[in-house]
Amino acid sequence: MQVGAAMGFFGKAKKQVYLDNGATTRVDPEVVNAMLPYFTEKYGNASSLHSLGREARGAMEASREAVARRIGAEPKEIIFTSGGTESDNLAIQGAAMALKHRGKRIVTSTIEHPAVNNTVITMRESGFDPQKAPVGAEGFVMLDRLQDLVTKGTILVTVIHGNNEIGTVQDMKAISDIAHDRGALLHMDCVQSFGKVPINPEHLDLMSISAHKIHGPKGIGALYIKEGTPMKSMLFGGPHEFGRRPGTENVPLAAGFAKAAELMAGEDLPKIKGMRDRLVGRLLDEIPDSRLNGAPIADPNKRLVNNANMTFNYVEGEALLYKLDDAGILVSTGSACSSNSLKPSHVLSAIGLDHKIIHGTLRMTLGRFSAMDEVEYAADSVKAAVEELRRISPFREGFGEYEKTVRNLRHKGREGDR
Amino acid sequence: MEYSDRVMEHFRSPHNMGPMENPDGTGKVGNPICGDVMHLYIKVRGGVITDVTFQTFGCVSAIASSSISTDMIKGKTIAEAKKLTKDDLLLELKGLPPVKIHCSVLAIEALHKAIEDYESKAGKPTNS
Repeated sequence: MQVGAAMGFFGKAKKQVYLDNGATTRVDPEVVNAMLPYFTEKYGNASSLHSLGREARGAMEASREAVARRIGAEPKEIIFTSGGTESDNLAIQGAAMALKHRGKRIVTSTIEHPAVNNTVITMRESGFDPQKAPVGAEGFVMLDRLQDLVTKGTILVTVIHGNNEIGTVQDMKAISDIAHDRGALLHMDCVQSFGKVPINPEHLDLMSISAHKIHGPKGIGALYIKEGTPMKSMLFGGPHEFGRRPGTENVPLAAGFAKAAELMAGEDLPKIKGMRDRLVGRLLDEIPDSRLNGAPIADPNKRLVNNANMTFNYVEGEALLYKLDDAGILVSTGSACSSNSLKPSHVLSAIGLDHKIIHGTLRMTLGRFSAMDEVEYAADSVKAAVEELRRISPFREGFGEYEKTVRNLRHKGREGDR
Repeated sequence: MEYSDRVMEHFRSPHNMGPMENPDGTGKVGNPICGDVMHLYIKVRGGVITDVTFQTFGCVSAIASSSISTDMIKGKTIAEAKKLTKDDLLLELKGLPPVKIHCSVLAIEALHKAIEDYESKAGKPTNS
């Protein structure tokens, strides 16, 4: 059991249940131990020729091998970066710049992480032609629409493998066939799916992964670049990372990433799925007017086993998040009220959920340190919090005049009120 | 979001929460941008708001703004209540994160709608 204790009100120990593993994960103590020597003892620069440097180089290459092995790739196909965002940026910009003479189109989906979405949008300014393939109600990319968009001048297809909000896992083989049939490269953001879903690097040219989603440290990720893939560098400096990504190697973080990748052996996945299924099952059974968003939970290769994204009608997600925080349960939400832009989640909008449904969404993501008693406590607490907020809400069994009421606001000037 | 203790206090134990039977005035408003909806109900005796309750489908600051506005409204004359602005509310809440200011506007809108409704039912604007 891994119920963390935090000091609550009046000094009482309060239970802390972390259900936000999609945001980040607790670093495994074994990972911490693997990193520690490289800060104070084996702190050499991996480019130095002396023994301390050679020791660091050895650790660096061993880490590269461990990460490569976990993916089924060759070590020379792995370069370390600062994380998923940098990997996505480098993959998209590097491949597009290398292939710009062949075409301008980059095809992506409507449910991408901002690291892909905003990179692709920015590429428009450099003369590229980004297009987004829509997804269906469960979050799967519509393959026929993707096929139509991947025209002859398409140089790159980039699609998120396991979605960070709803957990939908795309059909890598099918998307690969579409991209490669037209001679385009395929990049997938596998930050959430790495370690949870089998990944066959045969299907991919580029893949982004990150350490902190798998109980490793923040600040390090990797980009898989299949041998022979045309790539331009985005940063310039020394010959580090095969000249593709300069900067003094981050040996301790690489060692931590490698250990985290080794520890993601896969045997935890059925246990995590069992707990997630229990959580979803209880909430659907015990809370009326609730729903699961995204793909069905049955198939572990079609939905990330640790992801539960649910809507509880008539209550708002940020309010629910704070109620649960008071109970020591840490989650996230796609509600507009929780974002600085006041825009509801683009992923939940893309799967066709309307504003008032998105308003009441909660994302609960489990991890290796989750425990069944935590799940039971979380289910009890979510149920109590939803009931409490429904007592405050004007809606109980239907949304009544909701649409009419939100259209009726006289005071339209949101900008002026900020 | 970083909320003041005052906001969290009202969020955790909202005052004057729930529906009202036979209200003299009802204000129902919603924000089409963030999606929050607030209902405010008032009872008026001799030009004074003697009772007020609210129901809110919204975030922490929407619930807190609703709750604190009911405390501020209760016991005020219609004329006094009409003069309340979002700034009065923000002062009582000890501020809101800038992106959440619109939640306080929603509470003031609900109040003004409820007064309008009361006056239209009473047949004339109340000036006392």
